[in-house]
Amino acid sequence: MQAETTSPSAVSSLVQPKKQSRLANLWRELKKNKHYYILMSPYMLIFFAFTVVPVVFSIVLSFFYFNMLEFPRFVGWQNYSRLFLNDDVFMIALKNTLLFAVICGPISYLACFLFAWIINELSPKVRALMTLVFYAPSISGNVFFIWLIIFSGDRYGYLNGFLIKFGFILEPIQWLTNEKYILPIIMIVQLWLSLGTSFLAFIAGLQTIDKSLIEAGAIDGIRNRWQELWFITLPSMRPQLMFGAVMQITSSFAVADISVALAGFPSVNYAGHTIVTHLMDYGTIRFEMGYASAIATVLFAMMLGANKLTQRMLRKVGE
Amino acid sequence: MTRMMGAIRMPRRLNRSFAVSFVLFAFLAVFGAFMALPLIYAVNNAFKPLNELFLFPPRFFVNNPTMDNFYDLVALMGNSWVPLSRYIVNTLFITIVGTVGHILLSSAAAYPLAKYRFPGSRVLFSIVVMALMFSGHVTAIPNYMVMSWLGWINTHASIIVPSLAFPLGLFLMKQFMEQIPDALLEAAKIDGANEYRIYWTIVMPNVKPAWLTLMILQFPMLWGSDGGNFIYSENLKTLHYALGQITAGGIARAGVGAAVALILMIVPITLFIISQSNVLQTMATSGMKE
Repeated sequence: MQAETTSPSAVSSLVQPKKQSRLANLWRELKKNKHYYILMSPYMLIFFAFTVVPVVFSIVLSFFYFNMLEFPRFVGWQNYSRLFLNDDVFMIALKNTLLFAVICGPISYLACFLFAWIINELSPKVRALMTLVFYAPSISGNVFFIWLIIFSGDRYGYLNGFLIKFGFILEPIQWLTNEKYILPIIMIVQLWLSLGTSFLAFIAGLQTIDKSLIEAGAIDGIRNRWQELWFITLPSMRPQLMFGAVMQITSSFAVADISVALAGFPSVNYAGHTIVTHLMDYGTIRFEMGYASAIATVLFAMMLGANKLTQRMLRKVGE
Repeated sequence: MTRMMGAIRMPRRLNRSFAVSFVLFAFLAVFGAFMALPLIYAVNNAFKPLNELFLFPPRFFVNNPTMDNFYDLVALMGNSWVPLSRYIVNTLFITIVGTVGHILLSSAAAYPLAKYRFPGSRVLFSIVVMALMFSGHVTAIPNYMVMSWLGWINTHASIIVPSLAFPLGLFLMKQFMEQIPDALLEAAKIDGANEYRIYWTIVMPNVKPAWLTLMILQFPMLWGSDGGNFIYSENLKTLHYALGQITAGGIARAGVGAAVALILMIVPITLFIISQSNVLQTMATSGMKE
């Protein structure tokens, strides 16, 4: 504030005070709120170092050729043109990833809500048990290799043994090395694992719905449970619905671990190949970091795009 | 069956018919079985003697339960270069430090974002929300470079530190904290408490459900971590990695593998059982209305 009155020239005093007072205002705001910045700083430092900066860095790197040994060389859009025009395997990965997103995403999302909705009607003890049953797979510490035993290709595999025993098939089926079966099996296991955070969020959301709203609705002429669901339940838990959508979409685009664990890496004829496994291939095996960054950037754009689109749709719920 | 049906709560204003209840119950039972059977199978496998593991046709339940697999596991890992306890200690260290740190850091960051407007608060939070919309795979390559610049390759820090700032925790914490009445914070301020004190003595005790939620989300992820690309030394590896090593031994190690799998899955599930009632209970009663 001192600077304003002691400005030397008349011209600058006309221009500067406004600018300076804005800066000074900001500075005052920053100082006033410094405790908040201090509280946030440890989290934000780590968050920026390991999430924000890497995304930006990855986008920049996608325009370079970089193999971790030589100095990066700028190549413009070459990585992208190679990715979309010259990489047949990427096309398979893209197709599989989109299949996961289109099939597993919506199914798991609806399943999360449907089960949460039914479970919410149960008595507290049964509700706790059922919540556990449905939630347990997603936190069971990557034990999805149990499915390896179930889908094992020899007759000791549980599914094969069962089918042979009851005479559906005569010879064991090579579930995990047959292109026809790989993708559906990964989808089943992915769905098995997918009742996670969103499911819990929905249960919590359903439980915190204001009971008086439902009573008011009954007076206002809500006749059946479907109307109650659409006009009261869903709108009151819209924040959870949005959140659940983000979780399910992001995870359905990021299928990789399950594919690698079940079908191997790379899978037979790339039948279980996804964008993430393609990224792993170029990033951790071939060390074509620029190219891998281009793959990561495409994945990033797809995830963000799908999320934004879904959010726009969910805003209409209950209207 | 009738006993189970009685479990479905009926006294709502909008009752549904018995038939609908039955269909819903059957639906839940079928899918519940689909969810639970693989896990039950895993538990059974851990107690199967070797001859039952490779029975044809394969049996679901164990006939003669035995602890042999666990004895074999202890014997196997006792003789190996790195004892099993080492893997367990590593995993526990990563998991506990990562989970506690995550809860502390994200709640400290969530409190100002939830309760105040200040320059940058909106932008920062929208970046965090955006970060929810892509998975960690996107940043895997630059992350590796950041780690190597920091000299954190082959240290536990490479697993723990990034996990402290997962966006999901901050997001959930902030959502919960918004429910705390402003009047409570104002009152504390009038009484002369500074921001740190308010955060620690007023906000934190009020968001206990959120702590537990963050723990339930963070713990299994770190507990199931296999060290990724960052850890090479055998004596720094985690239990999940050890499981991979054991099962790579093939048929002879199937029983031991099943035993480790049981250990891996039982811990997060137990934790959830313990905290679930707390989470659901506190969530049901903590409906703060301003």
